[in-house]
Amino acid sequence: MLRFVIRRLIQSVFILLGVSMLSFALMHAAPGGLTTLYANPRIPAATIERLEEQFGLRDPIPVQYLKWLSNVLQLNFGYSLIDQRPVVDKIAERLPATIQLSLASILLGLLGIPLGVYAAMHRGSWIDNTVRVFTVIGNAVPHWWLGLMILVLSANTIRIFPLGGMYTPGNDTLLDRLWHLLLPATIGAMGGWITYSRYIRSEVLEVLGQDFVRTARAKGLSERLVMGRHVLRNALIPVVTIMGGTLAALVSGSVLFESTFSWPGIGRMAVAAAFQRDYPVLMALNMLGATLVILGNLLADIAYGWVDPRVRYD
Amino acid sequence: MAEVTQAKERIGVRAPAPPLTVQPSPGYLALTWRRLRRDRVSMAALYLFVAICLLTLAAPLIATYVLQTDPNAQNLRNNFAPPGPGHWLGTDELGRDNLTRVLYAGQVSLRIGFMVALVSLLLGVPIGLVAGYYGGRVDDAINAVIQVLQNIPGLFLLIILSVTFRPDPTGLAVIIGLIGWMGTARLVRGQTLSLARRDYVDAARVLGASDARILFRHILPNLVSVVSVMAGFEIATGILLESGLSYLGLGVQPPTASWGNMLQNSLDYVTRAPWLVAAPGTMIFLTVLSIFLLADGLRDAFDPRMKV
Repeated sequence: MLRFVIRRLIQSVFILLGVSMLSFALMHAAPGGLTTLYANPRIPAATIERLEEQFGLRDPIPVQYLKWLSNVLQLNFGYSLIDQRPVVDKIAERLPATIQLSLASILLGLLGIPLGVYAAMHRGSWIDNTVRVFTVIGNAVPHWWLGLMILVLSANTIRIFPLGGMYTPGNDTLLDRLWHLLLPATIGAMGGWITYSRYIRSEVLEVLGQDFVRTARAKGLSERLVMGRHVLRNALIPVVTIMGGTLAALVSGSVLFESTFSWPGIGRMAVAAAFQRDYPVLMALNMLGATLVILGNLLADIAYGWVDPRVRYD
Repeated sequence: MAEVTQAKERIGVRAPAPPLTVQPSPGYLALTWRRLRRDRVSMAALYLFVAICLLTLAAPLIATYVLQTDPNAQNLRNNFAPPGPGHWLGTDELGRDNLTRVLYAGQVSLRIGFMVALVSLLLGVPIGLVAGYYGGRVDDAINAVIQVLQNIPGLFLLIILSVTFRPDPTGLAVIIGLIGWMGTARLVRGQTLSLARRDYVDAARVLGASDARILFRHILPNLVSVVSVMAGFEIATGILLESGLSYLGLGVQPPTASWGNMLQNSLDYVTRAPWLVAAPGTMIFLTVLSIFLLADGLRDAFDPRMKV
């Protein structure tokens, strides 16, 4: 187990290195940023030279990459091209909002688990059918558009939900914050509901057909014991592996959800940075997103071995 | 003689039956089509999808002859008109007919969806074939690339690529395809891995078939089912990604309309003209829904045990 964890850790570092090389190469190919200065004849050549010297743009690209990497390892992502503030500070300001929304979405999303279990136990019932129809529809509808439609509804009829933001200015109470969190978190949780309920349903159905379940029933165990001790224990194990995937979806989704609900997190920051061509910020956010995804997958793999003693690595 | 015949008839012996006519058994694809046709949901999805495609393709005809308008005809005196007889889906801030624009935008969104699928299949299938067939170092190298690409949040990468290259709709489709072939490649790789161990592949090799011949004549045809189901999912994913990116203002740029950038535009008018939000989103939903249902039905028709 320890060997597996170490091997996966090393592997993750290499993946992260690959991600960083790719995004550095892309940024370098990007127009705008400092290179646009060349096109401006009013800026004297001496200034350009000084700036190039200052930002190390004269070095060969691999050298620039290594310099950038050694800075990044010291958590120095450079300065924003727009307001010259350290990128790390800018992100640290926005991160709590994103964490709050993501955590709420993940927790709400876990409701998909009981939904899937119930649907499997009552296969063919109207609830099971509703869940299945909901899954199909929920997969096809863009969730951010659904959120937008609910916003439109509340804007035009009764204010069921606030029209965005984290709190009402001047009325910053816990209740107000929860009210603002409810709709974005629900929309963010939809992905979890769909993935979990569908996955758990088929998983439970599969375990229900196993011989040991028949044995448990035959020896007269109550249905509660059969479900709790025998079925759920086995059916829920693979859930940890898909949790990593839902985290990745949430990182990408945060961009769309935060833009829709005017949520002041890093997703909206990424869109703003893209429009302003603020490459250092974009780079840092990309690395942060990739790190989260890699970490999520790593934790899921480790957790899988931890909860299922049958799994033997290497 | 007559007695004999009578006796034969009594005990059930009749004149010899005419020789059996051997009908050629229907082919694999014909069988699949037969099974698909029996599934009502799949057929409804197919009709819906074909209807959407035809409506968007016929957008110029519909605009000219049915709606008597033009996607860019402005009428500032009649802006924000609610849905009604003259404009079935209302008008936008410049008084342009919403329905006409939705149909024209559909051409762009659907084209991007199809192109995304094409690009990711053109990349994913050969890469998966090579990785699964040759294994070893080649497989390891391909897996490493896939690992790196799959661990970057897709939308972040798309945002970076779209600010870097400022693509037109075609370029956008290529970019989305370029970051989306990994799923197909992994699937094809897995299938190839198991197919390459079949006896008929060994037989072909013994008979002196080259690797290329084995891959294209013996393995690729067996992937038709998996790949066609995957193609459906790729089209849908392409449409969803394009709409998300354009909604952020980073995808298809105006004046070219796509469902995504129509939604981006509608954001300023959510209270004045909610129909501008509803129409393009509904089209995305119906299109993606029909494709998903069709792909699901196709999978069941090909092989219910298929894991895609």
